[in-house]
Amino acid sequence: MSVRVDRSWIVPALLVAGCIGLVVGSLSSSLFAQQTLSGLANGGIYASLAVALVLIYRATEVINFSQGAIATFTTYIAWQLMDWGLTYWLAFACTLGIAFAGGIALELVAIRPVERRGNVLSVVIASIGLLILVEGAIGYIWGNDIKFMPAPFPAHIYRIGGVAFSRQDIATILIALASVFVLWLLFQFTKLGLAMRAAAVRPEAARLVGIRVSWMLSLGWGLAAMLGAVAGMMAAASPSVLLQPSMMDGILIYAFAAAVLGGLDSAAGAVVGALAIGVTLNLLGSYVSWVTPQLLLPAAFVLMLVVLLVKPSGLFGHTTVRKV
Amino acid sequence: MPLLALRDVDARYGQVQALRGVSLTVDEGEIVAMLGANGAGKTTTLRAISGTVRRSGTLELDGRSLARTGPEQAARLGVAHVPEGRGTFSELTVWENLRLGAHTRRGPLNDDFQRVLGYFPWLEGRRAQQAGTLSGGEQQMLALARALMQRPRLLLLDEPSLGLAPLVVAEIFRIVRELNEREGAAVLLVEQNARTSLSTAARAYVLEVGAVAYAGTSEELSERDSIRRSYLGY
Repeated sequence: MSVRVDRSWIVPALLVAGCIGLVVGSLSSSLFAQQTLSGLANGGIYASLAVALVLIYRATEVINFSQGAIATFTTYIAWQLMDWGLTYWLAFACTLGIAFAGGIALELVAIRPVERRGNVLSVVIASIGLLILVEGAIGYIWGNDIKFMPAPFPAHIYRIGGVAFSRQDIATILIALASVFVLWLLFQFTKLGLAMRAAAVRPEAARLVGIRVSWMLSLGWGLAAMLGAVAGMMAAASPSVLLQPSMMDGILIYAFAAAVLGGLDSAAGAVVGALAIGVTLNLLGSYVSWVTPQLLLPAAFVLMLVVLLVKPSGLFGHTTVRKV
Repeated sequence: MPLLALRDVDARYGQVQALRGVSLTVDEGEIVAMLGANGAGKTTTLRAISGTVRRSGTLELDGRSLARTGPEQAARLGVAHVPEGRGTFSELTVWENLRLGAHTRRGPLNDDFQRVLGYFPWLEGRRAQQAGTLSGGEQQMLALARALMQRPRLLLLDEPSLGLAPLVVAEIFRIVRELNEREGAAVLLVEQNARTSLSTAARAYVLEVGAVAYAGTSEELSERDSIRRSYLGY
């Protein structure tokens, strides 16, 4: 007989300690407060994309490597619409609609036929193929040079107690969190959301109560593409990111690390993981002199590796129990 | 005309043929049992009806062909299939399970919920509980309750007594009989426990290696020596 040690308090304790540290740091240094906020803004972008990854992973146990490229593609659509004269927010809304329809179409055309004949691995490979294909298509349609995305918010700085906060950062955090929140409302409180969850956890049983499971999977791709579009447009609006075909490649790695940290099957975990990664990397980059921007991406890889080795279910994920 | 009619139904899992020309009928409001050894094709017959296995032959519900319908459409036509063991969405709450039962219908569910509570009053206090944390017997009852939310015309029950204590089994069979009497739903019952199922059902079919070996009323079958020895054990 083995004694089971209850370690469930560790994760919440770490998170609370981290939050206290951030608050104390922000109160004592205005640079720290600014860097924390822009870290949270980066985290918000990672969160939207990470939740998109989780959405598809939960339904099909597949990591969609093309999620970032699809997000970039939709961001180019937004750029194109604005270039044709639409206002920013009208283009934003249209892009969300186009992303939704496009995500569904991709699932129907590129993923479902592969899934029907193959297995999880062939779908993963198909998603890598899509990544290359979509990025190639962007270059073919719009060229590989950098485009300039109009800023959604006029440059503005809020001053609170001597600390300057950029409106861009605050808006990015709010929009990312709002889109994840809306998705949560959909899943938790609507009949459609319940059907999608049922289809994800028990596809066979879901079909027996009359749920069209394959349609739920297509819808999941549509919603994931929408979230990706939000992430892409927020990223393109950020001063540190350039709109080019590979725009989301690095962000996809951070989002993937965030999803792994949060536990791949937990949307809440992905959000917490994304914010934590965004803040940690930003603070590391600004306070530790030898951490150059080139080191941040490898750092995300190392984090992913450590999580997968030490706690594969992540902070909030469910442990998979396989019965033999 | 019977509610459900199967004529010469074959079914296969890949290369393995699981059903060879099964024919059976279930009348409106009737309880019919299916007996047979493990692997005789009882579960496959239920799966053929609900469309969760590849099959051929004639399958009709109320004269409408089920041959080309998948489980989603079968559910809409009034077939509620409670599969063996995994009858519930264990990751979801009790209330979400019940709502899923009524997935194919629009409108408020309160009347249905009250009706279900008449059979399973304990569900009221457990609405927010995760279904996976219920006991085995409670999960089986939740699966029945969910099927009831579907307002089925035909209830397919696969081994509802599997792994449950005798008292719980008796309770579940009492509820199945009551459901049948009060809701008028026909029941096709697969059960290892032949004595219980013959005392519940009016008629029964005995399956052997994927085909119907005997059919008759429950009295006839319990008097047959070979069946008594093989399935009733006395």
